[in-house]
Amino acid sequence: MMSQTSPQEVEYNLKVVRQFSIMTIIWGIVGMTVGVLIAAQLIWPELNFNTPWLTYSRLRPLHTNAVIFAFGTSALFATSYYVVQKTCKVRLFSDNLAAFTFWGWQAVIIAAVITLPMGLTSSKEYAELEWPIDILIAVTWIAYVIVFFGTLVKRKTSHIYVANWFYGAFIITIAVLHISNSMAVPVSFGKSYSIYSGAVDAMMQWWYGHNAVGFLLTAGFLGMMYYFVPKQAERPVYSYRLSVVHFWGLISLYIWAGPHHLHYTALPDWTQNLGMVMSVVLFVPSWGGMINGIMTLSGAWHKLKTDPILRFLIVSLSFYGMSTFEGPMMAIKSVNALSHYTDWTIGHVHSGALGWVAMITIGALYHLIPRLYGQTQIHSLRLVNIHFWLHTIGVVLYIVAMWISGVMQGLMWRAVNTDGTLTYSFVEGVQASYPFWFVRFVGGLFIVAGMLLMAYNCYKTIRAEKQLTATDNAAQSA
Amino acid sequence: MFGLDYGTWRGVYTVLVFVLFIGVVWWAFGSKRRKKQFDEAANSIFDEQDSSVNSKKQESKNHE
Repeated sequence: MMSQTSPQEVEYNLKVVRQFSIMTIIWGIVGMTVGVLIAAQLIWPELNFNTPWLTYSRLRPLHTNAVIFAFGTSALFATSYYVVQKTCKVRLFSDNLAAFTFWGWQAVIIAAVITLPMGLTSSKEYAELEWPIDILIAVTWIAYVIVFFGTLVKRKTSHIYVANWFYGAFIITIAVLHISNSMAVPVSFGKSYSIYSGAVDAMMQWWYGHNAVGFLLTAGFLGMMYYFVPKQAERPVYSYRLSVVHFWGLISLYIWAGPHHLHYTALPDWTQNLGMVMSVVLFVPSWGGMINGIMTLSGAWHKLKTDPILRFLIVSLSFYGMSTFEGPMMAIKSVNALSHYTDWTIGHVHSGALGWVAMITIGALYHLIPRLYGQTQIHSLRLVNIHFWLHTIGVVLYIVAMWISGVMQGLMWRAVNTDGTLTYSFVEGVQASYPFWFVRFVGGLFIVAGMLLMAYNCYKTIRAEKQLTATDNAAQSA
Repeated sequence: MFGLDYGTWRGVYTVLVFVLFIGVVWWAFGSKRRKKQFDEAANSIFDEQDSSVNSKKQESKNHE
């Protein structure tokens, strides 16, 4: 490595970045494969093999935890540690604490992989893990706060680059959300009850839930966007001034949007209306950020033709724009009356998760992996291109299938005969959904196939460095 | 009485947030001098080519 040859250069801590990057790919494959399995279970229920551990009810939270907290959050750890060092021109605040965040976070994931199939759950969506694991998450996260902000404090640059603002907001807010929502009274090692009750509990849960979307799956990945899109495009972000307004607009609005998950429930009407209005207004900063990212390519659009990595990054922003248009629309109460509890919601989530979050992560990792392992380029750009098409086709199949089945379900559920009785029984809606669930399953296969290609491509890239170092060492000792 | 106070407080808070937002917009777009600083910040991520950074050689190869 270069860093060992000249002492006056900044010695970055790339080890923890490498660890988190590799685990991002591995957990991505695991989480998405579980997703494909449960998609298949909806069509062929026999696939639970009559084993409680393999039932949909237990594997579904395993899937969501694996893709959000194992795949997505590992990617955020990796890229935030990389970006904060590179933009502050300084090594991480503490190597030991950084290593602790890596091993602590992997321990959390392993604990989830064990406890969720066992049926141990707090039953809060995206916060299912029981209290001992919640404590480990909190401790690991506080270490993350210290490492990240400690690095910002000792930076060698005067300005804090905008990507770090987004990462910082994500890290602090997740700490606050997780600790507040996970407050519980333990009754045994594996069971606890929320300290909140009734509508307050529901409101806490969706304040947490939607801000996990807003700060983890949005602000964190916008941090990624503000570094990796300009880097890969080799031009500065379209408008740095817009990025400042984008940041403050986004973080001050997102925190209010949670009640749209609770339309037409026991939540007070004024709270529902407030959540609806805030969700609709959220469209403005979301699109401001999307335009800022995409317009970074202004004057260099030709790069999209030749660079599949840039294509991943830019298409992710198109999906971001699409889902941040769809989201505010679905938050309007009258639209929500049709969409809520249907597959439309699942389609919306996956256009955000597979389109925006996964694609920006994949693009960032294709940029990052060679640089972490002393290479200039990923092993095969042709394979990146194939991955791009596999992933894009997979996502489109998925979300189109869910749109159609979602709207169909909504219409069937609300259809009434002239005498006021329901036109369709629930199971008729299920039956009508089968073809679309099959299309979703096929889309999932495309996506997992792409991830496997990525793992192979990255493995070859990492191997190439090992061979290079071996020859270097041979030359030095000769 | 409480309802009125609460409503007034909400009103004041809304105005406060609005003023803060206008302040942020002004701060971002209001001054030529800051525009220059912002442009420098936007370009700062490309600094590593000429500064002493361990990936100097590999980065520069990318542009050849």
